[in-house]
Amino acid sequence: MTNVIPTFAVGSDTGLRTLAEKVWDKHLVTKGEDGAPDLIYIDLHLLHEVTSPQAFDGLHLANRPLRRPDLTIATEDHNTPTLAIDKPIADRTSRTQIETLRRNCAEYGVRLHSLGDIEQGIVHVVGPQLGLTQPGITVVCGDSHTSTHGAFGAMALGIGTSEVEHVMATQTLPLNPFKTMAITVNGALRTGVTAKDIILAVIAKIGTGGGAGYVLEYRGEAIRALSMEGRMTICNMSIEAGARAGMVAPDQVTYDYLEGRAHAPRGADWNAAVAYWQTLATDEGATFDAEVIIDANELEPFVTWGTNPGQGVSLSGSVPNPAEIVDANERSAAERALEYMDLKAGTPMKEIRVDTVFLGSCTNSRIEDLRAAAEIITGKTKAEGLRMMVVPGSARVRIEAEAEGLDKIFLEFGAEWRFAGCSMCLGMNPDQLEPGERCASTSNRNFEGRQGKGGRTHLVSPLVAAATAIRGTLSGPWDLVQDGDQ
Amino acid sequence: MQKFTTVTGIAVPLRRSNVDTDQIIPAVHLKRVTRTGFEDALFAAWRLDPEFVINKKEYQGGRVLIAGADFGVGSSREHAVWALRDYGFDVVLSPRFGDIFRGNSGKQGLLAGQISEADAETLWNLVESAPGIELTVDLVSKTVSVGDLTVNFEIDDYTKWRLLEGLDDIGLTLRDEARISEFEAKRESWLPRTLPALSPESSPNSLQ
Repeated sequence: MTNVIPTFAVGSDTGLRTLAEKVWDKHLVTKGEDGAPDLIYIDLHLLHEVTSPQAFDGLHLANRPLRRPDLTIATEDHNTPTLAIDKPIADRTSRTQIETLRRNCAEYGVRLHSLGDIEQGIVHVVGPQLGLTQPGITVVCGDSHTSTHGAFGAMALGIGTSEVEHVMATQTLPLNPFKTMAITVNGALRTGVTAKDIILAVIAKIGTGGGAGYVLEYRGEAIRALSMEGRMTICNMSIEAGARAGMVAPDQVTYDYLEGRAHAPRGADWNAAVAYWQTLATDEGATFDAEVIIDANELEPFVTWGTNPGQGVSLSGSVPNPAEIVDANERSAAERALEYMDLKAGTPMKEIRVDTVFLGSCTNSRIEDLRAAAEIITGKTKAEGLRMMVVPGSARVRIEAEAEGLDKIFLEFGAEWRFAGCSMCLGMNPDQLEPGERCASTSNRNFEGRQGKGGRTHLVSPLVAAATAIRGTLSGPWDLVQDGDQ
Repeated sequence: MQKFTTVTGIAVPLRRSNVDTDQIIPAVHLKRVTRTGFEDALFAAWRLDPEFVINKKEYQGGRVLIAGADFGVGSSREHAVWALRDYGFDVVLSPRFGDIFRGNSGKQGLLAGQISEADAETLWNLVESAPGIELTVDLVSKTVSVGDLTVNFEIDDYTKWRLLEGLDDIGLTLRDEARISEFEAKRESWLPRTLPALSPESSPNSLQ
């Protein structure tokens, strides 16, 4: 039998292991033979309303129990409205999906944080916030942005609904081993350049399929210097490079974030956990199947011009000319993208006028993101006619922001201050772009129609989102300095 | 899952790369709570264009989709596979697939076969010069053939075996149930549990 499944090519000879390999080894229930996948134990299963109903249905039909309700947690996020959350959900199909989740969780004994609950929010904000996401564990969710949780040094995989059902029934997944890729970010970011700019630059460099088959490990000084929020932003978008997961080795920043959180270990358990976590970092001398090196000192705020997250340039750059792209497929993709985006080759990115600014999503809706944007807009005036929507990642983030007075800053600026959820990142609820509307969005996908049919998305950092909301055209914090006081 | 051996059917050339799952099925169509009924949602935005390949008369009843590289990237939604299946596709050929999409396909009896860029081009040209032509996809020999032309596709051996046998993953895994229990007995007691639900109110440091 020929083996076409990618395998770890390294480590076994020398005994030196990477972070990803260590977590994998630790969760091996059975080793696959003759090309069969390994069976991997899953420590934490996150659920939401969109990708779970058919899985619960499958359990029901097969009369199987949900094996570990105590390792499972659900939240409502994709469909939920961000206004008038005390009223019944207006959209009938959205309401049905939410009600189905509630009924299923009640039947199978799954903890659920419903709309209105203090722990409700985007599933990838809620897990870390509760301290459930921990280093060295395996996390899955029927959502591709599960890669977010890799920021803690967890192996976090987005899965399909059949796999959701599989985890419900067995608390395991049959998985093929991955290849490993180091993304080494050396140096230090300049002021005004953020984690979001790092990951957009990485995706532009390796492409939307460049990470296929790999688990990415983000390393280097610039990664170490990031907060947990920043690391989550980076790991979150690993999937946009086609990677199965992204990880950062845990360190003191990770431990400080976790200590004292509701579900973090305590006392002697804390010490035992930290002792394990400290063993996770990639061994000195272990090799990766591939490595990409980025110099943080050279990075600028980064924005996308096209309809996939790999189609990006520095904010100071221009819309590329498809005619200069050598690869025929990429050239036609770029031509299509420019047509959809209604952009002309050579247009400076900073001359692109936007209608809407969206600050939110599992990529950039945490308290640090809101603080960073609020700091930029404080005392400034919003561009005329521009709409800005601010959607905190969770009910807790919203409460925390309000305690700091951030809501007032956004409201005085003229932004809308909403309730938590996925919102305009994918427009399953009423928060959508109109056809032809152009948006600077802190979310993760600029696919055609992602934020609403015919909508045009430019992916940006929270700082660029804030500066753009002030100037009305794609802008970075550096442009505000040049403008002087307004 | 039904056993898969060979499929002979009309080929549909989708000359686009980076067809993400948001294009295969836009998010507004993900609200159903069943696994079926997604056929009209397939490529819903693109189908508004009468010139879109799926809308052309000669490709009606298509069973084999030939797409550009990076088909099925993006969102994990298995609805993308359900929509392709509900529409009638049994096979998707592409030079590269999104990992999650490829995994989902194997669970639902959709053959995701990897072909070279050159073979994709050959098949596109052939199909476009004879719209409505039928291809034969043979999983056992991992080939696509039409007339004198035969091209190979790749699929991992395990998925191939499961498709050929029509096997249910959960049933297979539960044969190892004892190993799972054994593994669980050795897990550290401090690993996170969602139950009982703890709140930050009982731990004042938890919000920083």
